[in-house]
Amino acid sequence: MVKLDAIQKRLIEEIADLHAVPSGAYNFRANGELAGRNTTANIDIVSKSDGSGIDIRIKPGTKNESVHIPVVLSASGLKETVYNDFYIGEDCDVVIVAGCGIDNCGSQDSEHDGVHRFFVGKNARVKYVEKHYGSGDGMGKRILNPVTEAYMEEDSSMEMEMEQIKGVDSTQRTTLAELKAGAKLVVKERLMTHGSQHAESEYQINLNGAGATADVVSRSVARDDSSQTFNARITGNAPCSGHTECDSIIMDRGHILAIPSLEANDVDAMLVHEAAIGKIAGDQLVKLMTLGLSEQEAEEQIINGFLR
Amino acid sequence: MLEIRDLCFAVSEDEQKKEIIHDLSLTVENGKFVVITGPNGSGKSTLARLIMGIEKPISGQILFDGQDVTALGISERAKLGISFAFQQPVRFKGIRVQDLLRLAAGKNLSVSAACAYLSEVGLCARDYIDREINASLSGGELKRIEIATLLARHTKLSVFDEPEAGIDLWSFQNLIRIFEKMRGEIEDSSIIIISHQERILQIADEVVVLADGRIKQRGKPEELLPSLIGVTAPASICQKLQ
Repeated sequence: MVKLDAIQKRLIEEIADLHAVPSGAYNFRANGELAGRNTTANIDIVSKSDGSGIDIRIKPGTKNESVHIPVVLSASGLKETVYNDFYIGEDCDVVIVAGCGIDNCGSQDSEHDGVHRFFVGKNARVKYVEKHYGSGDGMGKRILNPVTEAYMEEDSSMEMEMEQIKGVDSTQRTTLAELKAGAKLVVKERLMTHGSQHAESEYQINLNGAGATADVVSRSVARDDSSQTFNARITGNAPCSGHTECDSIIMDRGHILAIPSLEANDVDAMLVHEAAIGKIAGDQLVKLMTLGLSEQEAEEQIINGFLR
Repeated sequence: MLEIRDLCFAVSEDEQKKEIIHDLSLTVENGKFVVITGPNGSGKSTLARLIMGIEKPISGQILFDGQDVTALGISERAKLGISFAFQQPVRFKGIRVQDLLRLAAGKNLSVSAACAYLSEVGLCARDYIDREINASLSGGELKRIEIATLLARHTKLSVFDEPEAGIDLWSFQNLIRIFEKMRGEIEDSSIIIISHQERILQIADEVVVLADGRIKQRGKPEELLPSLIGVTAPASICQKLQ
C-alpha cells in the first residue's frame, strides 16, 4: 500500500514519470519512512537489519522486469543517508528506476544522500535511470549527494542515465565503477544548475579486464550564478577502451570547471577524453528565430535538445 | 510582395565604415522566382540577410506586403511570412530532424507529414527523421534538411542563400529538381535565390546581377545569361590582369 500526499505524488511524477503505482517491484520511501513496497517472484526487496537501507535481489535469468525505488522528501529539515544494494543475478535483463525529489518550503535544509551499489552478474544487462528534482520556495536548501558504485562481472553491461535538471541547491555526485573482462558501461549524465546552485560530479571508472569498455558522456548547462565541477577519470588496467566527454553550455555568470583525466596502466588501453565549454552559438539562435521563435523560445529549445 | 527602397548597409572595419550595399531598390512581385547573382563580395548574401532581418540597414526601407518591416526583428518577420535558408546550415546537438521540422511548421506536425517534407528533398525519411542535426550529417544532407524546413514553413517569401554551396554534384542534380518543383507550385508566394549556378539562373523569372552592392543588371535569364556566362567574376579579374 502506497501512502503519498499531493506534493509527494507530484515529486514522484517528476522523478520517475509515474502517475500511478508501477507494475513490478517497487519500494517507495517518503520523509524517511517506507511508504510502500512490492516484490515479485524474481525480485525481492528486504530492509537491512540495521535499518540503513534496502537490499534488492534479482534472481539470475530475470528478463524484462523493472524495479522502482523513488524517494521523496516533503518535510523541511530532514537529513538522511540511505544505503541500497542491488544484487543482479547472471543473465538478467532489467530496468532499475531510482530518483529523489525534495520539496522544501521551510527554513531548514533538507538532504538525501543515497548510496547505491550494484553487483552486476555475468552477462547481465542493466539499465539504471536516476532523476533528481527539487521544488519549494523556502529558505532551506535542497541537497542531494548520491554515490553510485557498480561492480561489473565478465561480459555484463550497464547503462546509466542520470539527470538533474531543476531545483537542487547543492549536489555532490560520486560514481565509481569496476569492470571485469568484456564488461561494458555507458553513462549519460544531464545536469542543469541555476540561481546560486553548485554541482560537483566525479567519476572513477576502472577498466580491469580485457575488452572492458566505458563511455561517460556528460552534458550540462550552468545558468545565472551557478557553478559546476566535472571530474571524470578513466583508468585502463588491461587491453580496454574508454571514452569520456564533457560538453557544457555556459550562460549568464555561470562557472564550469571540467577536468577529464585518463590513466593507462596497460599498453593496449585505448583512452580518449573530450571537453568543451561554450555559450549558445549565435547562429543557432538566429536559425530558430527565422522559424518564428522568440529569442527566449529559441534558447529553451536549444537547451532542451542539448539536455535530451 | 517585397519592396526594397534605397537600402544602405555598412560595416565597421579598422575603425572605418565600409559600405556593402548602396542605395539598393528592388521589387519582387508575388508569384515570382528571382535569382540574385554576382561576383563574390558583391553583397548578395548581405542583401538576403537584410531581408530576413539578421542584419540591420543604416538607411532605407523594406516593405513586405505593403507593411514596413525595416524595424522588425527576425522572429517578427518570420511570423509575417518570410523564411530563410542558410548558406551554411546550423548544427544543433540534441535537436532531431523531426523537432526542427515541427518548429518550422509551427504546429504539432505528424511524423508522416514530416516524412513527406523529407521525401520531397530526396531524403529517405525513415533514415533521417530521428537523427540529430549534428556533425554526423554531411553538408548535402544538411542543405536538404534546411530546404525541407522551408517547405514545412510554407511562407509567402522564401529566401535561399547559395543553396548549391558545399554540396556534391549528385546532390546538386536533386537540388535543381527541388527548385523546379517549387517554381511550378509557386502560386502567389515568391522565391529569392542567391546563386552562381547557371542551372538555377535558367529557371528564374528574373535575374538580378549585383556588383559592389548595387544592381548592375536585371532581366530575363534568356536576355542576361549569354552576357553573364564567362563574363562574371573570373573574367573581370582577367581583364584587370591585362
